[in-house]
Amino acid sequence: MKAAVLVFPGSNCDRDMAVALKAAGADVEMVWHKDADLPSGLDLVAVPGGFSFGDYLRCGAIAAQSPICKALVDHVNRGGYALGVCNGFQVLTETRLLPGVLMRNAKLKFVCKTIGLQVETSNSAFTEAFNAGDTVGFPVAHHDGNYTVDDDTLSTLQDQDRIAFTYTENPNGSVSDIAGVLSENRRVLGMMPHPERAVDQGHGGTDGQALFRGLLSQFADA
Amino acid sequence: MKAKVHVMLKNGVLDPQGEAVKHALGSLGFEGVEGVRQGKVIELDLADGTSEETINEMCEKLLANTVIESYRVELV
Repeated sequence: MKAAVLVFPGSNCDRDMAVALKAAGADVEMVWHKDADLPSGLDLVAVPGGFSFGDYLRCGAIAAQSPICKALVDHVNRGGYALGVCNGFQVLTETRLLPGVLMRNAKLKFVCKTIGLQVETSNSAFTEAFNAGDTVGFPVAHHDGNYTVDDDTLSTLQDQDRIAFTYTENPNGSVSDIAGVLSENRRVLGMMPHPERAVDQGHGGTDGQALFRGLLSQFADA
Repeated sequence: MKAKVHVMLKNGVLDPQGEAVKHALGSLGFEGVEGVRQGKVIELDLADGTSEETINEMCEKLLANTVIESYRVELV
């Protein structure tokens, strides 16, 4: 699998994401936000966590307007895969590749800890190596992870089985405890918790490996 | 020319920061503060003749996230 990790000013999980993808067997290239084109033959674009452009205006809003994000939208429209984690999730909602918005945490506090997640669906490349109903531990570290959508969109997400992960204990006020959502074609996943920070024993847990393993297996024969 | 863009959360969208400000006002002893909504004002310094349509486009594309926010343009 060929993957690109986007890098914005203020990204700080870009290297971790690249390490996790490489450990799972992907070829990884880092791509700067000012580039207008993604590398050719790309399977996955990963949008990493961090504080792109200092979270100015709204988290992810400025990054979503960068040249590379236009290429990201084209990549997704061609049927390409994308994974957005934390600030990357915020960028994906700001590009409207995923519905909803990540608002300020309901208790206004920055939350930084390992948290329990329930896998809600195994019907996606990102989650197929899990079983629906599995509980896993991923770190979260965010101030704006309060997932908000209108009722109609929430029903659509539920009806189409597009909620990938929920929190076992909601840390931020997200509607229906949502921690991660899929696009309609199930090839774009945005999530606030950090699977790339749970891929090594030194991280304190390796539950994140299954996400990358599932993704890689999608391209095993390609 | 100058324009002021007022960006507010739409009605019905919970505003945790506004709630915190409301509680803080209460704890300072101000009574009767029944609600606080926090928004932002963005001042634009624009070339003369910039159309209101263009300013609206700026709001739709970047200045407001219309999933949760509404905006109002005031030409100054």
